[in-house]
Amino acid sequence: MSNMSETNRKLWRFPGGLHLEGHKGLSTGRPISEAPLPSQLVIPLQQHIGAPTKPLVAAGDKVLKGQMLAQPEGYVSAPIHASSSGTVVAIEERGVPHPSGLAAPCIIIDTDGEDQWCELTPHPEYKQLDPSALRNIIRDAGIVGLGGAGFPSFIKLNPGGHTAVDTLVLNGAECEPYISCDDMLMRERPLAIIKGARIMRHALQARNCLIGIEDNKPEAISAMRAALADMGEKEIEVVVVPTRYPTGGEKQLIKVLTGKEVPSQGLPLEIGVVCHNVATAAAIYLAVEQGKPLISRVVTITGQGAVAPQNLEVRIGTPIDQLLEQAGGTRGNYQLLMGGPMMGFPLHSETLPTTKTTNCLLLAGDADLPPQSSAMPCIRCGECARVCPAQLLPQQLYWHSRAREFDKVQDYHLFDCIECGCCAYVCPSSLPLVQFYRYAKTEIWSQERDKQAADRARERHEFRGFRKEREKAEKAAKHKARAKVVKKDSGDEAKKAAIQAAMDRAKAKREQSAPKNTDNLTADQQKQIDEVEARRAAAEAPAPPAGETSGKEEK
Amino acid sequence: MLEAILALTALAVVFGMLLGFAAVRFKVESDPILDKIDAILPQTQCGQCSYPGCRPYAEAIANGEADINRCPPGGETVIQGLADLLGVDPKPLDEEVGEEKPKTVAVIDEQTCIGCTLCIQACPVDAILGAAKQMHTVIESECTGCDLCLPPCPVDCIEMVEIKAEPTTWKWPFPDNRTSPGEQA
Repeated sequence: MSNMSETNRKLWRFPGGLHLEGHKGLSTGRPISEAPLPSQLVIPLQQHIGAPTKPLVAAGDKVLKGQMLAQPEGYVSAPIHASSSGTVVAIEERGVPHPSGLAAPCIIIDTDGEDQWCELTPHPEYKQLDPSALRNIIRDAGIVGLGGAGFPSFIKLNPGGHTAVDTLVLNGAECEPYISCDDMLMRERPLAIIKGARIMRHALQARNCLIGIEDNKPEAISAMRAALADMGEKEIEVVVVPTRYPTGGEKQLIKVLTGKEVPSQGLPLEIGVVCHNVATAAAIYLAVEQGKPLISRVVTITGQGAVAPQNLEVRIGTPIDQLLEQAGGTRGNYQLLMGGPMMGFPLHSETLPTTKTTNCLLLAGDADLPPQSSAMPCIRCGECARVCPAQLLPQQLYWHSRAREFDKVQDYHLFDCIECGCCAYVCPSSLPLVQFYRYAKTEIWSQERDKQAADRARERHEFRGFRKEREKAEKAAKHKARAKVVKKDSGDEAKKAAIQAAMDRAKAKREQSAPKNTDNLTADQQKQIDEVEARRAAAEAPAPPAGETSGKEEK
Repeated sequence: MLEAILALTALAVVFGMLLGFAAVRFKVESDPILDKIDAILPQTQCGQCSYPGCRPYAEAIANGEADINRCPPGGETVIQGLADLLGVDPKPLDEEVGEEKPKTVAVIDEQTCIGCTLCIQACPVDAILGAAKQMHTVIESECTGCDLCLPPCPVDCIEMVEIKAEPTTWKWPFPDNRTSPGEQA
């Protein structure tokens, strides 16, 4: 603990927040172990915020570990890679871990057990690379924010037209109870995180780099500090921050470390700060210095329902039930959540695959979740406003969301809500506040989409009217022109000549193509025909004198 | 007495000229309420309201000829929006025009299509692609689901398919009064 009082850096405080029981010790007792290779991987095509990806492989293709399976279809997007070698057996809709419980397109790979890497191109000399080339490497490695939201990381490494980045903040706060994947990563792989931080600093040309860690993780803090000392790295500093939920929120951690506030609906970049998760830093190190794309991550398996809670290094696409088995199986009644008890959501099935944003699988028993009771009317106590870390008025947001007044709810800055759940946690009436905010947010997005579609339809409808008018005018002009032409050479002579010529042509054709079975006859056949012809001629001849007839017959 | 009359007359003349000038100078070309009504309508262009498109219906509402509850694709949302805009009470959808249905898009069975172009001519938003004796197809992203291509098809090869919910377009449901376990967040 002596290490922790090392710095006297001034810290700030974000408004609101809660002191929550951590429950982290449950899953930190065992080292990170590797989850076994599953026989089948189910890799969703969309595991990030932004545009979907387009598959580069087809059913039947052999793929190698690390091979790109799908490429981005827009700027805000990230490619998907094979987590192991094997054969693509299908690209089809499968259930994905999402609150909706809906299915989405996935690439299904039957693994061959060889786990053979594709050809990798490491860039240990990244310092000689241009920041934009570095960002392309990070983009092609499919790296997204591993803290939870899954925003493509290369975008957050692009300072764009903004002034120079002052501070790069690495988020090791991990404030949500039960989750310990970042804690374990910092304990066991501090070198990868620090090397990743160096790469990020180079890409951003950031002056300072701070790693914020909550003071309930002393092992992680000392491991990170020891690694920094070993590497002789003086420009990166570990800052111990007080444990308070939600310090791990990007805006909250920036406030605590720098005292700066991110503007409403703005980006940290606007105040010269960029914030990345520590696990993202480690993934960037692997991507750049070893050339390995993001194909695995550390997942916490915890909660009363888990027999042996622990952290596993999991290949993206591994079915969840296999991980639960690996963590000693399950016991008792539990509810399976992805994420923690505050911000997680219930999963509809245990056979769903893990994705890049699966940080924690909480097998929550009754004691793990905030106490449940049915919602009562709001008593306007104002507790929610006191704990809101975004300084919003949760009560107003609630009223207007409930009344479906989506304009008003935006006037109260609904989109600055980070859905941390503090308001619902303290609500004495147990109102499902965050659910109302989520309902309002998705409803507003949907209306926005509908409006865009309606505008497009209006435009197309109007253009169609214009097009029909134009076509009518063109047709009329054509008719006029044609009428003139027909009048000019409507002479009967020309018409008759044309008809005659056509008839002649038809006749010639008929004659040519008429079948003639009397060609190429043998002498016998010719003789027979001649005889028949002669008889016919005789029969048709008008009653000849008897003598002549007999004479002919004698011949 | 005379001064008062003269003064008032002069004032009347001055204000009359001012108003006359303003009427010419600040003349409003199109009816602003019409655009506002049109913006609320869903632009399906289906004609179920008995008007040949959304704009004509908007005109009819603006002129007080049509009621606000004749748009089945817009449903309750549009009725509510129009009621708020026009300061009238919302009312349920007129049964005469049909009922609110889930959103659909047209899909052409390309094996059966004979390439007659009749649906192309019927589509109000030019969302069907094809040519005479060539197979037709629907540009899904532009289809408004108006059903207008169904009647003209001589081989019944067009089907209206409900738009499937995807995780990216999925909406959180309106919370019920009870908190369900795990969704306390």
